[in-house]
Amino acid sequence: MSALRTLVDLLAGRADAAALAPRDWDGVIGVARAEAMLATLAHHLADADLPEPVAKLLADQRAAAAVAQAQALWEAEMARRALAPEGIEFVLLKGAAYAAAGLSCSAGRQIGDLDILVLAHDIRRAENELLEAGWEWVKSDPYDDFYYREHMHELPPLIHKARDRMIDVHHTILPKTHRITPDALALMSDAVRAEGGFAVLNPEDMMCHCAAHMLADGDLQGGLRNLWDFHCLTRDFAAADADVWGKLDARADLHGLRAPVHRAARLARDLYGAQLPSGWSRQDADDIWYRRRLLARDDWGRSTNVALQQAFYIRSHWLRMPPLMLAKHLWTKWRKG
Amino acid sequence: MRHSTRIAVGPVQFRIGSDWREPITALERLYAGYPKDEDRPADATVRLFAARPWRRWLRPSVHIGGDFVVPDALPLPLSMGLLAAEMGMNLQVALGWRRHMLLHASAVARDWRAVILSGESGSGKSTLAALLGEGDWRLMGDEFTLIEPASGDALAFPRAVSLKNEAIAEMTARVDAARLGPLLAGTPKGNIRHLVPRADAIAAMHEPARPALILFPRFGGEAAIEPMGAGEAFVRLTEASTNYTALGEAGFAALTRLVREAPAFGIAYPDSATGMALVEQLWAEAAR
Repeated sequence: MSALRTLVDLLAGRADAAALAPRDWDGVIGVARAEAMLATLAHHLADADLPEPVAKLLADQRAAAAVAQAQALWEAEMARRALAPEGIEFVLLKGAAYAAAGLSCSAGRQIGDLDILVLAHDIRRAENELLEAGWEWVKSDPYDDFYYREHMHELPPLIHKARDRMIDVHHTILPKTHRITPDALALMSDAVRAEGGFAVLNPEDMMCHCAAHMLADGDLQGGLRNLWDFHCLTRDFAAADADVWGKLDARADLHGLRAPVHRAARLARDLYGAQLPSGWSRQDADDIWYRRRLLARDDWGRSTNVALQQAFYIRSHWLRMPPLMLAKHLWTKWRKG
Repeated sequence: MRHSTRIAVGPVQFRIGSDWREPITALERLYAGYPKDEDRPADATVRLFAARPWRRWLRPSVHIGGDFVVPDALPLPLSMGLLAAEMGMNLQVALGWRRHMLLHASAVARDWRAVILSGESGSGKSTLAALLGEGDWRLMGDEFTLIEPASGDALAFPRAVSLKNEAIAEMTARVDAARLGPLLAGTPKGNIRHLVPRADAIAAMHEPARPALILFPRFGGEAAIEPMGAGEAFVRLTEASTNYTALGEAGFAALTRLVREAPAFGIAYPDSATGMALVEQLWAEAAR
C-alpha cells in the first residue's frame, strides 16, 4: 500500500500505528511532510504506541506547531491593533480562524499567511491602515497588481517589514470573475465571535468557505489538508448541533456552493470515513478523479500523475475566469515570461 | 527512487534517494564508518533527481530536493553528486529540524566541554575545527552545532567535513588518505574535498558537551583577541541560527543561557597555527 494511503488510513482510524513496520514510517513521514500534515498526524497519534524515533520526531512536530500557532495568532492580534482603532471590522479565515476558535482541525495545523475578510467598502481603508502599521507590498509587477485589484477576491499580498509575515486581505472568498459569487455581505454580517475575541465565520459559512477554497478555487494542491479541515469541521459541528447538515445545505445554496460542499463531504467520507446523512451520501462518477488527484504522491513525497495535475490546474483557471479573459490573461503572462 | 541509502549523523537519520548510482556509492564510501541502523525510520528525506527523464543520461544534472526545497536552486553536474547530497542533507536539517536549536557553527570538545566556532563561510571555522580535531580535541562538527533547549548542552553533528580550497592541501598533508573523499574541482564553492572525522569522534557523536567557550574566528590580519559582551554574542548567534525564530520562547531561553554561561571572543588569525594557539590560550583561561 502506498505511504499516502497509509497516512489517510491512520488519520481515518482505519490503520493501527502500532502495526506499521519501522521502515513504513519513512514514507508516511515523508508524504505527511509533503502534505503539510506531519504535525496533524503527530497530534492524531499522540497516544499511539510508536517506535521511539518516530515518537520523538512527532513530539518535535507538536511542540513546533504550538509555537507556530501562537505566532500566527499574534499576527492576527497585530492586524486587530492596526484595524480596530479605525473601526474596521474583520473576520479571520482558514488556519488562524480554526486556531482562534479552538477547533479540532487546528491541532498541529500549519498556518501560513494570515487571511482576513473585510467588507468590500472597507478594503481601501484597511489597506491604508496596514501600510501605516508596517506592512508593505510584495509584488511590484504592475500587471499582477492591476490583476489582483481588478479581478481577485483579495488585495495583492502584503508582508510586514519587521516580522516578515504575510497578510491576505479578502473582500470575498472567491475571485470576482469566478462563475460562483458567494454572498460576501452575509458572510460578514453573520460572523460570530470566538472565545478569544476574534470574529470568525459562522459554522455553516466556515464549512462553505473550506469547500470553496479546496474545490472551487485551486488546483487541489494541499487538498488532503483542506479536506481534513472540512472533515473535522463537519464532525465537530454535527456533534454540537444535530441539524447542522440541513443548515449547511441552505447556506451552501445561498452562496451557490452546493456542488463543492457536497463533493467535499463525499470525499471526506471516501477518504477519512466521515459519516454523512442520507441526502448527502451519494455516489458521483467524477469523484474518482478528485480522489486520484488527492492521492497523487509516491513514497518519496514526490507528486505523481502529472497529466491529472495539469488537468486540475487548467480546471482551476477555467472556473476562475471567463474564456476570453483567460485567453488574455495567459497571453499577457506568457509574453512576460 | 532508483537508488537509496541511509545515513545517521548525530541525532538525525537521513534517507537519501537518487536517480543515479554514483552519488549513493560515493556517500556509502564516505560514511562507511558511521553507525548503521537499517530499521530506524528516517527523520529527513533527501532526493537527488533529474528534472527530465532524459537528463539522467544526457548532460546529467542533479537537482536537490527532499522534505524541504529551495525554489530556483541551481542543479549540479553529476560529477558533483556528492556535493549535491551534502547540500541536500544540510538543507533538510537547516529547515526541518526542531528538536534542538541549530547554530551554523563548528565545534570541538575536550573533557565533555565544547568550544563553539561561529562565522560566515570563509572565516576558517571549518578548517580550524578540522585541525583541532586531529589533535587532542573531539570534532563535534564543522557545519551545525545543536543546542538542547532543556539542558543547554551542545550536541554533535559530525558529518564529513567539507574542506575548501587551501584547506584541502593543509589537511591532506596530515591525515590518512583513506579518510578523504574524492576531489571535487571547480564547484560553485571552489574546490571541495570531504574529510571523514576520526573514528573516536564518530563513536562519541551522541555524547553531549557543555558549552564552555564561544568564538567568532576571522581568518586574515594580525593575531587578535577581542572579548565580546553577551549581548553581541546573542545577536550574532541569532543570525547564525536557522531555527531560532521557529523555536520561539524555547530558542530565546536556550540562547540567553548559552551566552550567559559561556564567554565569547572574536579572534583574528593570519594562519592556522596561530588560530589553534589562540583557541588553546582562551581555553586555558576559560578552564581556570
